Amino acid sequence: MTPETAVTDPAAIEKVIEEEATTDPAAEFAPEALTDPMQVLIEQGGVLRLPEDATADPNLSDSSFGDGERMIINLGPQHPSTHGVLRMMLELEGETVLRSKPIIGYLHTGMEKTAEELTYVQGATNVTRMDYLSPLANELCFSLAVEALLEVEMPARATWIRMLMAELGRINSHVTWAATNGMDLASTTMMIFGFRERDMLLSFFEKTTGVRMNHNYIRPGGVAADLPDGWQDDVLAIVDTIESRVDDYDQLLTGQPIFRERTEGVGIISAELALAMSATGPILRASGVPWDLRRSMPYLAYEKVDFDVIVGTIGDTFDRYAVRLNEIRESIRIVRQVVEKMPAGDYRVQDAKVTPPPRARIDESMEALIHHFKLFTRGIEPPEGEVYVAVESPRGELGCYLVSDGSNKPYRLHVRAPSFVNLQSVPALLRGGLIADAVAILSSVDPVLGEVDR
Amino acid sequence: MTEELSSVAVDAAPDSFASRVASLAGIPVSFSRGQEVLHPRRDQLVDAATALRNAGFVTCSDLCATDYSSAQESRPLPESIAPERFEVVVNILSLEHRRRVRLRVQVPESDPTCPTLFFVYPGTENMEREVFDLFGIAFDDHPDMTRILMPPEWEGHPLRKDYGVGRVPVQFKDAPGPR
Repeated sequence: MTPETAVTDPAAIEKVIEEEATTDPAAEFAPEALTDPMQVLIEQGGVLRLPEDATADPNLSDSSFGDGERMIINLGPQHPSTHGVLRMMLELEGETVLRSKPIIGYLHTGMEKTAEELTYVQGATNVTRMDYLSPLANELCFSLAVEALLEVEMPARATWIRMLMAELGRINSHVTWAATNGMDLASTTMMIFGFRERDMLLSFFEKTTGVRMNHNYIRPGGVAADLPDGWQDDVLAIVDTIESRVDDYDQLLTGQPIFRERTEGVGIISAELALAMSATGPILRASGVPWDLRRSMPYLAYEKVDFDVIVGTIGDTFDRYAVRLNEIRESIRIVRQVVEKMPAGDYRVQDAKVTPPPRARIDESMEALIHHFKLFTRGIEPPEGEVYVAVESPRGELGCYLVSDGSNKPYRLHVRAPSFVNLQSVPALLRGGLIADAVAILSSVDPVLGEVDR
Repeated sequence: MTEELSSVAVDAAPDSFASRVASLAGIPVSFSRGQEVLHPRRDQLVDAATALRNAGFVTCSDLCATDYSSAQESRPLPESIAPERFEVVVNILSLEHRRRVRLRVQVPESDPTCPTLFFVYPGTENMEREVFDLFGIAFDDHPDMTRILMPPEWEGHPLRKDYGVGRVPVQFKDAPGPR
């Protein structure tokens, strides 16, 4: 069916919906665990396969569509609970959501194309803007990919600084999620709490990297600068505060009957389905799969620190909430160990072809001046090859596929954005639930649209 | 592992599950910076993916494409693989073996289509739509082969190398450049 016929001919859409929808109501509302996940996905099409502008036709948007009760409505793109410019097309029967389709692209700015025009030195400023709630994870993934192409070894201190910043970034992302999730579930107190904690972290980032967001701090070859004097005290004060505040969140939300009512048993996804849909991060772990790249395929120095991988049981909205809340505690554990074990040494690799010489050397050494000039005019030139590197971002597996043709710019940079992939699970999560729960479910998936659309 | 291994035979990694699966179907294996890469033909892709899924590679973590039109000579490929303009790159993951394997499929410019992996890994749905949108590679039998990031009426496929980056002409500077 072509989009043209669909828009002009409501009967054709109606026919397709009739064909695609299940006729047996029992099967339609049965828990997904009882049905073969592949069957649910492929045949029933958890996803509404309609052209994006189908509801622009006034004939389709009223309640006389379909059998008189079924209708299609849009949630977003201008809606406070969609976390940006996400639009959901929802097929409703009464208040029950049947199929749905996330419609994205409103924030698409062609960052992968831009990356092909930026050198490896400039590249980190581009990728850091993708997932704007955890910019450090983006930089980390990009830098690890460039270093894998170059096959350079990081000094220990650079690795541990990266780990510290990545974990603080995770705490930052999770408290911000807790804040917006609280707002979606009508707990404005939670929103104020979350942003209060976030601000402490952003202040530390500002002190360390110079800016509150989009840091360009983790760069190919190490980090931009060493940690500021007295960073241990700052970091410990922050994590001590946040640790006690997470207990406050527990008191505020975890035991609260209204919150539990709205989250328990809502938006369940089974482990098989989550894996089939390529979901990662808290969504996958909430359904009971202990898959965390920090543990399963360690990078940086994660095998040298002690932490637990948090898993849920049934994969409902409450499990996803609990996983994230406890991941804050685990990250705090890691941060404390990093403070304790931080090695001395270089914070970036001492290879003049990869990182610039110290500013003071430029005044006294001709060679340093040349290296500095060459690095910022030509940049890094990794040998030909391609590499895929993944890190565990707060939202799941953040991957970077990088192809080098031997020049100073990436031939191709592809970012495997966890939010983009996780959004595919949303139709499966929403299916059979109430529209009032859709907001809670969307919030529990934690999509960041900057990363979805790139 | 370095570049000289790039066209090495299957038994270079005898312990590798994926290599053994690949050797059964005669799919060349190579290594890129130590990462295992299989090079199935287009018609082998679905079978190879199915075999790998049954061998424990239960999730597809990434699917993307590359347009090699301006770097044809600079990519290492096994000798038996004829380079084409496009390449569809699939990264799959085994939770059990804690391994990643990459499948690189050559897709010619004259016929930019590829069989869909949707029926093996339903999670590739959005990724294949993205590749279709940005590269113009259509995936046969994909249930919803429409644009995902660009507007539906958009012309052209932005990540192709012959698609301009778009820039504002600047006075006194006629030399082409992105900015």
